[in-house]
Amino acid sequence: MSVMFLLIIASLLFAAAFLGAFLWAVRNGQYDDRYTPAVRMLLDETPGLSQSDHREKKNR
Amino acid sequence: MLKERNTLSQNRSRTNIDCYHCGLPCENTRIEFDEKSFCCVGCKTVYEILAENDLCQYYAFNETPGNSPLSEIESTRYEYLDDSAVQQQLLDYRDEKLAKVRFFIPGMHCSSCIWLLENLATLAEGVLASRVDFLRKSLSISFDPATISLRQLVEMLTKIGYEPQIRLEDLSRKAEEKSQRSLYLKIGVAGFAFGNIMLLSFPEYLDIGGTLEERFQHFFGALNILLALPVLFYSAVDYFRSAFIGLKHRTINIDVPLSLGMAVLFLRSLYDIINGSGAGYMDSFAGLVFLLLIGKLFQQKTYDTLSFERDYKSFFPISVTRKETDGEKGIPLSRLQVGDRIIVRNQELIPADAILMNGDGIIDYSFVTGESAPVEKVSGEIIYAGGRQAGSAIELEVIKEVSQSYLTQLWNNAAFSKEKESAITTFANGVSKYFTIGIILVALGALIYWLPQNSTLAWNAFTAVLIIACPCALALSTPFTLGNVLRILGRAGFYLKNTIVIETLAKINTIVLDKTGTITQSANTAVTYHPVGEEAPLSENEKAFIKSLTKNSTHPVSARIANSLNGKIEQPVQHFREFTGRGIEGVVGGHLFRLGNDEFVYGTSLAESDSAPRAFLSIDGTIKGVFRLANDYRPGIQEFAERLHGRFRLALLSGDHDGERLRLQKIFGRKMPMRFRQAPADKLNYIRDLQINEEKVLMIGDGLNDAGALQQSDTGIAIAEDLNNFFPACDAILQAGQLTRLDRFLRFIRAAMNIIKMNFGISLLYNIVGLSFAVQGTLSPLICAILMPLSSITVILIATGATNGLARKWQIDAPWKAETKTVVLDGQPQRNTTVQLEEIQ
Repeated sequence: MSVMFLLIIASLLFAAAFLGAFLWAVRNGQYDDRYTPAVRMLLDETPGLSQSDHREKKNR
Repeated sequence: MLKERNTLSQNRSRTNIDCYHCGLPCENTRIEFDEKSFCCVGCKTVYEILAENDLCQYYAFNETPGNSPLSEIESTRYEYLDDSAVQQQLLDYRDEKLAKVRFFIPGMHCSSCIWLLENLATLAEGVLASRVDFLRKSLSISFDPATISLRQLVEMLTKIGYEPQIRLEDLSRKAEEKSQRSLYLKIGVAGFAFGNIMLLSFPEYLDIGGTLEERFQHFFGALNILLALPVLFYSAVDYFRSAFIGLKHRTINIDVPLSLGMAVLFLRSLYDIINGSGAGYMDSFAGLVFLLLIGKLFQQKTYDTLSFERDYKSFFPISVTRKETDGEKGIPLSRLQVGDRIIVRNQELIPADAILMNGDGIIDYSFVTGESAPVEKVSGEIIYAGGRQAGSAIELEVIKEVSQSYLTQLWNNAAFSKEKESAITTFANGVSKYFTIGIILVALGALIYWLPQNSTLAWNAFTAVLIIACPCALALSTPFTLGNVLRILGRAGFYLKNTIVIETLAKINTIVLDKTGTITQSANTAVTYHPVGEEAPLSENEKAFIKSLTKNSTHPVSARIANSLNGKIEQPVQHFREFTGRGIEGVVGGHLFRLGNDEFVYGTSLAESDSAPRAFLSIDGTIKGVFRLANDYRPGIQEFAERLHGRFRLALLSGDHDGERLRLQKIFGRKMPMRFRQAPADKLNYIRDLQINEEKVLMIGDGLNDAGALQQSDTGIAIAEDLNNFFPACDAILQAGQLTRLDRFLRFIRAAMNIIKMNFGISLLYNIVGLSFAVQGTLSPLICAILMPLSSITVILIATGATNGLARKWQIDAPWKAETKTVVLDGQPQRNTTVQLEEIQ
């Protein structure tokens, strides 16, 4: 039965890791704007507009 | 590069073609460029910029994506942004190679806006990255200050139609606090603890035969304590703090019994677990904190793009054009000094009391005083701050500092320094005083009753009473009911600052209305034409001629007449002359048209009692008729007044003259008190006098002249035609079109307060059941773990269910799109008004 101790502690640590991830996400500002990212991901990056082109343009 | 096929012919179009950029019809001018039509040079420029940078995909996102950009920017307009002190206040961060700034951009309204603004880096050299927060309508930009200056950045944004709104108040306030973040963190911790403690408590609850090994009991108990500690010291800390502050001020607020319950819950559990005398109530404790925090989150419905706190600074421009020896220069308003010469152009605000030096002043004080007709000023006269120049540019000499001006004096009134909220006893706080005394008495009674017989049982009963009587149901029903009401009203176009406003609104018994802009519509005021004597009504041709003539003048009366006439074709006007304060004349279609006041057209002044603005018309010397500009009341205002009568005392305060008294009496009845020519301070004093007589006053106004009254009143509602415009500091903002539904909203709010009271009764019933266990000392952790969530969930369901039900029954948040028409903003019909409003919710 003593394996139960191990399992319970392991499960708690596992859950705590998720809590940590949540706390990190909040502090990182991921919950500040809950609307724009949903739109942003639908907007395509134009083929002519990738980062490399962009840099080229600047160097020109 | 683009093929230069720039025909750029300014055609007078007779057909209606929509502008390729902004989607508005090209009415008077049409510019052909790159085989596309544009309504103005500005739209063409934006297209050009976008095309040049291969950003034309912008047009694929939306049928009418663009805002009409400003066609031109005065060269001095953003000059103040070169000032290093201003830059320091605006920039969030700055070093040699990188600067960060955040702008509020009211024009942002659709997904293509996000796309364009986030691709700024392609548009402008020097922009490193840009990021949009759509709900807040804010744009964060990182840029290289060596390549692009702040001023160039702002000018570029303005050119593409996303003019940032930079205000004095933004300068004195840095980035907002992140209180929402800390609430999320607290909920996260409490939720984590609650879930795990419940899991670890299950073995105890299900352990019917007592077969659970003792070492497991100790282990689970220890883990429960460990998990409950962060809940006590982190998640619940605000409740203890608030209770402590309350007690220090000798008041018992709702947090006092809550904190007492939580503290006893935790200490009793700690004692039970350590002593081995029971499993403790840690799951009830963590669950309680978790639910309370959820309630708090639910209650926090904020309208990010609306600002309820505004002082005079927000009404003033951030910069002003100063005349210097070497020409004109834009300087920040804070640098303006007595003795400076300033230039105020058409539609600009006069920032400080000043003497008119040059030019014809036609000052529109409607925003400050409510007076509908503009005032003419000649050189040497004093012009008070807050007026808006309507006409050609004028030159002024400043005689008082901005903060000492006539207008800003109002803010020195005591009404602005007091905290409104602290004076309000909310229902929950009011009840909790008696509630707390009650449960302490019951707990002491149980203690005294059991103490001679069984001291352990006595302490058990004492703590159990404090635990079970913890008013969590009351503490939950308020935020859930009011939070839901806040949302429902928000969907209906009625935006409240916070839930406390709901409670004060429920107690209102007197309603004071402002006239101009509140019960009248500022836009589209009715213009009627009355022929004189035997003259015939205007022909279509004549209408078109008059429209062309009046279009040449910026006088508000001309503008209103021009808008009321539907002649489509613009005729060239020759020999146009404007006589300040008298009228206009010009030759159109071979006829001499004169339009102006009685003296101007008749040569003598007519004695007539009607003081509504009017303009006489003569064609080739023959007097034809008169245009009358009536104040137009909002549709349905009479029915609205009838519904309010009997339920509320009504009063009307107007800064305007009493020319409309008879019409108003027809609408509101003869008995209603009406005061005219009220200065801002008079309005404030009127409200105060009502309050001295124990009236609970609701003030409804829109202009700066109402700012004092709105502040003084128990609840101040600002009427807004357009949420991007300015309104004075207030407790709530009401969409102008929704004014006549206000009585319905108030009824809904009162019903919601009754729901809270009903919920309080239900939670009392639960408490009586719980107390019957508690006083006998037989409240087991299991009963507690069932009873507490059960009562909380009942209350939450009733709170949200009943408010939703009422809202549906009374059609509070009926899809209000149906009631909106195209709102005219800044002369451009803005198609996306409804979209914007939806986003706010």
